[in-house]
Amino acid sequence: MNKTEVVDIINGFLVEEFEIEDDLIQPDATWSDLGIDSLDFVDIVVIIEKEFGFKLKGEDMINVRTLGQFHEFIYQRQLSNQ
Amino acid sequence: MKRVVITGMGIYSTIGKTLDEVRDSLYHGRSGIGLDEERKTLGYRSLLTGMIESPNLKGILDRRSRVGLPEQGKYAYVATLEALKNAGIDQDYLEQTEAGILYGNDSSSVPVIDAIDLMREKKDTTLLGSGSIFQSMNSTISMNLSVIFKLRGINFTVSGACASGSHALGMGYFLIRHGLQDCIITGGGQEINPESMGSFDGLSAFSTRHNAPEKASRPFDRDRDGLVPSGGAATIILESYDSAVKRGARILGEVIGYGFSSNGDHISVPNVTGPVKAINTALQDAGIDIKDIGYINAHATSTPVGDGKEAEAINEVFGSTKPYVSSTKSMTGHEMWMGGASEVIYSLLMMNNDFIAPNINFENPDEHSAKLNITPKTIEQGFDVFLSNAFGFGGTNSTLIIKKC
Repeated sequence: MNKTEVVDIINGFLVEEFEIEDDLIQPDATWSDLGIDSLDFVDIVVIIEKEFGFKLKGEDMINVRTLGQFHEFIYQRQLSNQ
Repeated sequence: MKRVVITGMGIYSTIGKTLDEVRDSLYHGRSGIGLDEERKTLGYRSLLTGMIESPNLKGILDRRSRVGLPEQGKYAYVATLEALKNAGIDQDYLEQTEAGILYGNDSSSVPVIDAIDLMREKKDTTLLGSGSIFQSMNSTISMNLSVIFKLRGINFTVSGACASGSHALGMGYFLIRHGLQDCIITGGGQEINPESMGSFDGLSAFSTRHNAPEKASRPFDRDRDGLVPSGGAATIILESYDSAVKRGARILGEVIGYGFSSNGDHISVPNVTGPVKAINTALQDAGIDIKDIGYINAHATSTPVGDGKEAEAINEVFGSTKPYVSSTKSMTGHEMWMGGASEVIYSLLMMNNDFIAPNINFENPDEHSAKLNITPKTIEQGFDVFLSNAFGFGGTNSTLIIKKC
């Protein structure tokens, strides 16, 4: 999966599933900017497992603070899982 | 002691999704019962059930609130929206006052089953999602609605089997009466799905009159063959009289009596002494005479034993005055955890619209029901005070008495 496809999937579920406004979906947006709290993150783990086939762990995400960093993290992780 | 009044009600049921629809169904004796073919594949004896669709709350309620709501929680949310509107209470008022919630609910099967299935398959609890725990607990309705409506008063669920909704009202009545709360959202919710009813079907308690679903629930009738499971949600806004008057609220009725008892007997077979005690305690609490009761909304579920025992109990107390009696379960089926609350709404709709809803399918009495004044037809007659019974497994009994205000 190329980076664009990964970004589209992530942005897609943030808009569809989490009902986040399109214009808030920016690479420099933080979880807080997006209104994602710790409970929402539990659901993100479920979706990532379904979409990409691997399990996100909290400790992996310590340095992932923005949406752009999340895109990159998931992109790299799914590459290494292939 | 404070006076306790009802200032709002809302309903999401198999006989209507608004108060107006439900009033019309009650008046015309419409049944909300049908057949669920899926139950056949699960080995059910009975395919009969109340029929209702799940409300779509997308666009009405935010995602975080929605993911915690199971089926009966969605029903309860819709019913509560209608009840608050009916009461003239808006979100600002709820946030400025100490409103509470006491809701009846006694199961939440599907989220529990889904979580266990997923756990067994994935062997990983972090894949269950964030809403599962909040959907799974018996207190799911009170926990979710208290957050959605930002309530700051009393907040818990009453689980009293098929008397849950009635006891929730009774507890709310006590708290307001003693001056501990001014406004409480009460009611009852009941899931309708095959997963939740299999073990009850397994007791052979359900009607199998598949050839005529609308005739299957026939409380007090000689030829009844079991109950029909049903559900939905019913919300009633209880308020102190002083608070209602201060707000200029329309008063729909006054709760004047609550009686309860436990049979101290069999887990599923009812008796006569328990219900008689609950009825007499409620009458005593209300401080009224038996001749003042104009209508009794019976618990009668259409089971051979249960209806007979309740008929004996009603006759023991009201044998000399014979008020009108009907079981609205003849139309709705048995709404279980919700029934004690919804049947107060059905009775309020009758009291405030001057009619008595029929006990449909009451064609031939048996030896016990022959002693009661059961109406199989709609009666165009007003009444000022009604009594509502709700009984449940474990021998829990609840009786409420409500009068026109």
